[in-house]
Amino acid sequence: MTRSFAVLAWRQYRLERRLFWRNPSAAFFNFLLPLLFLALFGAILHGNQHDLNVLVPGIAGMSVMSTTFVALSYNMTFLREEGVLKRIRGTPMSGTSYLSAIAGNAVTNAALQIAIIVVAGRIFFGTGWPRDWGELILFVATGVVCFASLGVAFSHIIPNFESTSAYVNAVFLPVILISGVFYDVKHIPGFIKGIAQVLPLTHLIDGLSGAMVKGTGLATNISALGVIAGWSLLGILLAVRGFSWEQGRD
Amino acid sequence: MSDLAIHVRGLRKTYQSFAAVRGIDFDVRRGEIFGLLGPNGAGKTTTVEILEGYRKRTAGEISVLGFDPGQRSPELRARIGIVLQTTGLYRHIRVREAIAHFGAMYPHPRDVEEVIQLTGLEGKEQAMVRTLSGGQKRRLDLALALVGDPELIFLDEPTTGFDPAARRTAWETIGSLKRLGKTVLLTTHYLDEAQSLADRVAIIKDGRIAVEGSPSELGAGEGAVSYLVAYHNGGGELIEHRTDDPTRLLHELTEAALARGERLEGLTVTRPTLEDVYLELTSLESDGDD
Repeated sequence: MTRSFAVLAWRQYRLERRLFWRNPSAAFFNFLLPLLFLALFGAILHGNQHDLNVLVPGIAGMSVMSTTFVALSYNMTFLREEGVLKRIRGTPMSGTSYLSAIAGNAVTNAALQIAIIVVAGRIFFGTGWPRDWGELILFVATGVVCFASLGVAFSHIIPNFESTSAYVNAVFLPVILISGVFYDVKHIPGFIKGIAQVLPLTHLIDGLSGAMVKGTGLATNISALGVIAGWSLLGILLAVRGFSWEQGRD
Repeated sequence: MSDLAIHVRGLRKTYQSFAAVRGIDFDVRRGEIFGLLGPNGAGKTTTVEILEGYRKRTAGEISVLGFDPGQRSPELRARIGIVLQTTGLYRHIRVREAIAHFGAMYPHPRDVEEVIQLTGLEGKEQAMVRTLSGGQKRRLDLALALVGDPELIFLDEPTTGFDPAARRTAWETIGSLKRLGKTVLLTTHYLDEAQSLADRVAIIKDGRIAVEGSPSELGAGEGAVSYLVAYHNGGGELIEHRTDDPTRLLHELTEAALARGERLEGLTVTRPTLEDVYLELTSLESDGDD
């Protein structure tokens, strides 16, 4: 009678992929920016392997955050304010199929970027192949769940689409600056480090660094994984509780 | 199969302390165009959105194609088409792509080209949504509601913001839905729209149905609004009379005129229009907050 969950979700996912590349600002901010930073800082730090070893996993962490947290904050605010969510809700497609496709689109961008960063690390930045692929996949996966759910949750408090950029950047920019994307967090003042230690990105970068560069084993970063999992639970709870298919409704 | 597409009894919706809908009853028969009229804030959209499954009712009995829309069954949503008052779409999707994509959500979609033709979007198939005019976007809304070949179509103010020519075209499209055997529930501000499209209308005021019937029945009025009889007397002065019984009044007037040996120059008898009924019913305390 009605078409199946998987068929509709897959069709919607393919549409989301096509549309993603047609929107130049989304393609730039969600996809090219972290890679551009990797190229620029990589060139600046050329020959300094210690700093490159910090930069490559740092940019990988930034990529996870920008493809999920930033992208979903924007998307969900837009889709809700424009009434796309409401329109979809009036069709036979289930909301779960639709949201799976939106999430799948973000996960694809995260996976593509991590793959590009891994290859660039091997070819241009002397970091070699990741030491532990399993650990890499585990941290990327938990990082994606964490930042995707926080992105959806964050979209609930953004009042309208015009202010999305201000809200998102007020979180994203300070977080990437204090979480050790561009430099080793060992050198930052204690109180900033204290804040960074509470937030999930520092821990994601620690885990990615362990998996991609240090090869210290999962056991060393198990507490980092715990912090990300904790933020994921909070993110999922807030994303689900505050969720609305329409703008400004009871 | 019941010959009613929509059945509503005692529908109520209360938000905190505000009663938006205060006990509404009406039926929409299969194959008819039913118009819901009323000023802003009267409860039209609340009523329609409850029937579409967007809002939960506080009380009352409703059935849409035999389903309770509050259950949000996908089977029901596969058989209805919805044009909301305001809804956007992806900015970077093309017209034909959007229609085909939405069509694929339904078990038995209509042919995409046919829908494009029906809604007058020929020549715009490859246009991005963000480049469409307001009227073209509204036609795309209608196309997306029709592509699933629904039995019942909800149109919430489908021509608001159209110029007169675009409105005529939209009316033809909506009229053609009736010829396809569809049932349409239409809400509108425009009385001429209801008059020319709807088989029956209900006027909602303050969360209740004030009057219901065919546009011409309502015009004929059950004493609610009277006929206007006008003529110029012997002195060229315009005389107007209001009456519920034009036959008797005309007899009296013409008899008196013949007795005086006068003619009733420019004699007209005007039947009250839907607009007269509407204004009389809604003007009493309505603020018309637009």
